[in-house]
Amino acid sequence: MTTLIPTATARVFQYEFSDVLRSRWVTLYALFFFGLTEGLFQFGGTGTGVLLSLLNVVLILIPLVGVVFGALYLYQAREFVELMLAQPVRRGELFAGLYAGLSLPLAGGFVLGVGVPFLLHGGGGATLAMLLAVGVLLTLVFVALAFWLAVRFEDRVRGLAVAVGLWLAGAVLYDGLVLALVAALSAYPLERPMIALTLLNPIDLGRVLLLLHFDVSALMGYTGAVFERFFGSTLGAGVSLTALGLWLIVPLGLGLRRFRRKDF
Amino acid sequence: MTSSVAADACPVCAGIAATGGGRTPGRPAGRWVVSLLALLALIGPVRAQTLVVDPAGPVASVREALAQAEPGARILVRPGIYREGALVIDRPVELVGEAGAVLDGDGTHQILTITADSVTVRGFTFRNVATSFVEDRAAVKVDEAWHVRIEGNRFEDTFFGIYLSRAAYVTVADNVLRGTRATESQSGNGIHLWYSRDVTITGNDVRGHRDGIYLEFVEDSVVEDNHSEGNHRYGLHFMFSDRCAYRRNVFRANDAGVAVMYTAHVEMTDNRFEHNWGPAAFGLLLKDITDSRVARNVFDRNTIGLYAEGSNRVDVIDNDFLANGWAVKIMADAEANRFVRNNFIANSFDVATNSRQHYSTFDGNYWDQYEGYDLDRDGVGDVPFRPVRLFTLLVERNEPALLLMRSFFVHLLDAAERVLPVLTPEALVDTHPVMHRLVR
Repeated sequence: MTTLIPTATARVFQYEFSDVLRSRWVTLYALFFFGLTEGLFQFGGTGTGVLLSLLNVVLILIPLVGVVFGALYLYQAREFVELMLAQPVRRGELFAGLYAGLSLPLAGGFVLGVGVPFLLHGGGGATLAMLLAVGVLLTLVFVALAFWLAVRFEDRVRGLAVAVGLWLAGAVLYDGLVLALVAALSAYPLERPMIALTLLNPIDLGRVLLLLHFDVSALMGYTGAVFERFFGSTLGAGVSLTALGLWLIVPLGLGLRRFRRKDF
Repeated sequence: MTSSVAADACPVCAGIAATGGGRTPGRPAGRWVVSLLALLALIGPVRAQTLVVDPAGPVASVREALAQAEPGARILVRPGIYREGALVIDRPVELVGEAGAVLDGDGTHQILTITADSVTVRGFTFRNVATSFVEDRAAVKVDEAWHVRIEGNRFEDTFFGIYLSRAAYVTVADNVLRGTRATESQSGNGIHLWYSRDVTITGNDVRGHRDGIYLEFVEDSVVEDNHSEGNHRYGLHFMFSDRCAYRRNVFRANDAGVAVMYTAHVEMTDNRFEHNWGPAAFGLLLKDITDSRVARNVFDRNTIGLYAEGSNRVDVIDNDFLANGWAVKIMADAEANRFVRNNFIANSFDVATNSRQHYSTFDGNYWDQYEGYDLDRDGVGDVPFRPVRLFTLLVERNEPALLLMRSFFVHLLDAAERVLPVLTPEALVDTHPVMHRLVR
């Protein structure tokens, strides 16, 4: 085993990784993305067209799968966790192993599923890289959120309900609220608040980072230019990455804290 | 048609000197008049006089040669840098620069003013005409002259490049103009036409000026095969110029695109409007244009592809709108325009408007956002397409909402609105959307 990562984490990761692969869910997940992407190509899509069609699938499905599958997974691993905790294993290492054991296969399945058809057909370029990056980051973020919820709520029905609710809020309702806000406050300059609101929702953040590739012509318009200038700049990229990083670290940290104290 | 004009070196003097005007019958009427006029001017000398300007003498300055020249003379200028201040051509001559012949304005003057008919200026490099906020200084100014040809010259760092005022039957062909001023206010127009008619502007390449090509009060003129790129305002600026046509030009990355205003009977065909990005950048801005045609053009990656305001009876046919922010923005004060057989592909917004009322028609276009079906397989979709989405309207009213583009929630809103239009213009609908991209 490697020396950089704690042995226990690596062991747990190795076990979980093979367990997740054995369960075939990740294989199905990867096959789904492969089938979808390949199908879009077969239906006469060009690289950009396929990416555009994938955009909403990525933004909706990845958070949903991440948050639901993540929560389910941790609930089901309950006995395994109890068994492991009977061994001389530190809780932090166990938690890290579990997290990596699920999120990395999921992210990998997505990258392979989308990436392979693009390798076969060509095209994609920087936009594909951004789509893959956004997909991977959203996977990491929403699995982290799921882990936190699964540790937070003892009752798995409640935990799952909150997970789905969180997804619904982030993926659909949030934008509705923002739209209502924009309409209500149309008399005010809302460019900067809009940027702040975007940073607060990882799904929106991912979407806007992709817009910079798909709709740059529209974004160069009067208001759009403000957005383009921000998100297209080094500062904007840094702020966006930091925001996504916080979305990853904060739930993971909260989850870990609870996991350490939890009485299994 | 015009390429043959451009290739024909000097039809007036050379043709007549060689054949005594024997080739005139086969030519178009306008050119026949040219030849006749030139013939009249040439009645004195039998053979055209040729003067050679060379820095080593005997005639060492263009000014001297111009003073000696008889009407119809050919002045050949050998390579060298000539700093002679403002020169005036007041008689019909052919002024030809050999490669490396530079007329330098020394950073102050206008260089060449043409006040006589039937003058040809060819092959020079014009350089250094300073910015002026008082007068429109130009490298070459044609002032109340007819049948002038300005061809194959290069213009570097000139305020205005070629300036036509009260001119007619002028050809401006195959010139290269490179403005170097940094801002709009400091730079002049590349090719500037004011109060002229029957002018042909063809094969020129204009970059870095204020407006690449500018027409005001110009009639019956043609702008063809030019390339206008990176100018500080418009690639082509076109006002009060009835019955003009522009074809096969490329207008690329100009700060505000192309503007055509206050004009009737304009033919705009086979042009490319590309990459005009910015808060007020249009591929093509039509303001108060009537009875005109926009056909077979390509609008590629502009913030707004085609913007129409107060324009009536304009036919927009067989164009490709590709990857624009807004492919078409059409205001409700534009009436009876027809959008037929255009391709709308990969635009963020296909059509935007400012009202529920709408008086133009869309018919038989290809829309890549069309989701309908074609049960009878005749290539035409069975359900009409409404190119104005609810979200388009929301963005029109509240621009910051733009940041919600492609959000799932917005898709839901659009879908609901499509089923039951409440806010989007009911009349703005393509009843025969074609299923496949129209092949040109």
